[in-house]
Amino acid sequence: MAFTAPAPAGTLTDAVLLTGRSVRALLRQPAYLGISLIQPVIWLLLFGQLFRSVIDIPGFTTRSGDYLEFITPGVILMTTLFSACWAGTGYIEDMNLGVMDRLLASPVRRGAMMAGALAYQVLTTVVQALIVFGIAYLAGARFAQAGRGIPITLLAAGLICVIMASLSNAIALLVRQQEALIGISQFIVLPLQFVSGAIMDTRLAPGWVRHVARYNPVDWAVVAARQSLSAGTDWGAVWPRLGALAALAIVMAALGTRAFGSYQRSA
Amino acid sequence: MPVLQANNLHKRYPGRGRQPVLALDGLSIEAEAGSVLALLGPNGAGKSTTVKILTTLARPDSGQATVAGYNVLTQAELVRRSIGLVAQKSSADPMATGQENLVLAGRIHGLGRAEAHARARDLLARFELVEAGARVVRTYSGGMARKLDVALGLVHRPRVLFLDEPTTGLDPQARRQLWHEIERMTGEDGMTVLLTTHYLDEADQLAEHLAIVDAGRVVVSGRPEDLKDELRGDALTIEFTTAEQARSGRAVLARLPLQDVVVEASRVRARADIGPEAVPAALSVLESAGLAARSVTMSRPSLDDVYLRYVGRAYTAEAA
Repeated sequence: MAFTAPAPAGTLTDAVLLTGRSVRALLRQPAYLGISLIQPVIWLLLFGQLFRSVIDIPGFTTRSGDYLEFITPGVILMTTLFSACWAGTGYIEDMNLGVMDRLLASPVRRGAMMAGALAYQVLTTVVQALIVFGIAYLAGARFAQAGRGIPITLLAAGLICVIMASLSNAIALLVRQQEALIGISQFIVLPLQFVSGAIMDTRLAPGWVRHVARYNPVDWAVVAARQSLSAGTDWGAVWPRLGALAALAIVMAALGTRAFGSYQRSA
Repeated sequence: MPVLQANNLHKRYPGRGRQPVLALDGLSIEAEAGSVLALLGPNGAGKSTTVKILTTLARPDSGQATVAGYNVLTQAELVRRSIGLVAQKSSADPMATGQENLVLAGRIHGLGRAEAHARARDLLARFELVEAGARVVRTYSGGMARKLDVALGLVHRPRVLFLDEPTTGLDPQARRQLWHEIERMTGEDGMTVLLTTHYLDEADQLAEHLAIVDAGRVVVSGRPEDLKDELRGDALTIEFTTAEQARSGRAVLARLPLQDVVVEASRVRARADIGPEAVPAALSVLESAGLAARSVTMSRPSLDDVYLRYVGRAYTAEAA
């Protein structure tokens, strides 16, 4: 006769509990927390100074005429991209610590484990993005449509975060090695960043770059964020890109969750 | 009806660029409700793979297994609700406190917030970790972390608890403390425990039933006392000065009616039907061959002798 086991917590509760676990761990590492928050600020101020003259190049299109306003959403998306691509290191650490196997042998659903990890990443992304907006404001950036542009930028960053963190977590579950994850992440991140309009107007880039950028989710997010922050927003450029990002985020999160099956099969 | 049953499990791991590794080769075990079953064997015998399959962390290539009445392949989620796992390595979150680890484990097993906190306090008290409970686990000693691991396995009062080499790496004092806790826990809570170990004394101390595992299969199983009783007679240990003398002594002792004669470094171990008669006979033949034994010890058969009898080689620290 089968034993009547107690009902486990729901998927949402599990995801919230696991997110809380990650947030608590982050808050207990002040040095890491500080670097995570300062890094995008440095990027913003560094790139803002380094490339400030590019707006004088004929053909460079920025409605405000200020490079800081142009690059702020780019830095937010770059920060999101880099942070999310390292998300899998958390899974590998859990594997090495034995925490992963303890969770997998518990009633926690795999979807909750993925959702918890992604929610933590999105939370840190949103905090980083708000800090970048704050620093940009202090440095003199003024966005024509901050009221609607900031939430849309946060949404775009959150979706990129889900896409890339799902990929990173899936790679971690498949390769199980920090070194392999680092190598694969670097292989993916730099092309995604540079073949996008994050720090440069793609209209100044060669034709093939413009063509490839049309299929780059990072560029979709940059365009959606930049358009939503500008006066005279072209909503026809925003909503389709956000829709595509949302669809891709769902697909990637589902694929990431399926990677637990591969981890189990090779255990 | 057994609360835990594995039947003819096979598992082979792909060996990256080399021959595939056969981890399980038809392993079968079962444990009755409320009992402690020990899987005893050296590293690589298949103990941990068995635990991984029974806790749904791995899938067998073939064979069947049920835990708490549920099939590990088709009812994995129900199995997970019914089990606790204390893995080989400490698996507590090092960045969380002991209390936080226990509360999280309780919550994901369905305990309410207040109940999980109460259970955590209870377990911290039971494992003498009350003061440490507010500290992050990375500050714990090995023994404290291991006790927390066991507490994490118990937080939801599982029907079946898996203890995968729970005392490996602990100093003797911490091992004895943990043995005491495991004995108390199984006695009081009446849960079924599957314990894997490569310590003979641990299996002897804790297990009501024992399965000796070698090369992915169970070579013998039963109650430790029954297994030892099956080895009639007495165990002899004859100590020489050098390993070479021991090898010569083995050849000489072959003239006597002794069983399972093996050399371990500078000693020869054997089994005799009647020990008190075999000892003077052994000393006599050794003396006539010009070999001097440093000491001769006679004892009741131990699990070492059971292992030797069924596996065909001595259970050495190197193998374990």
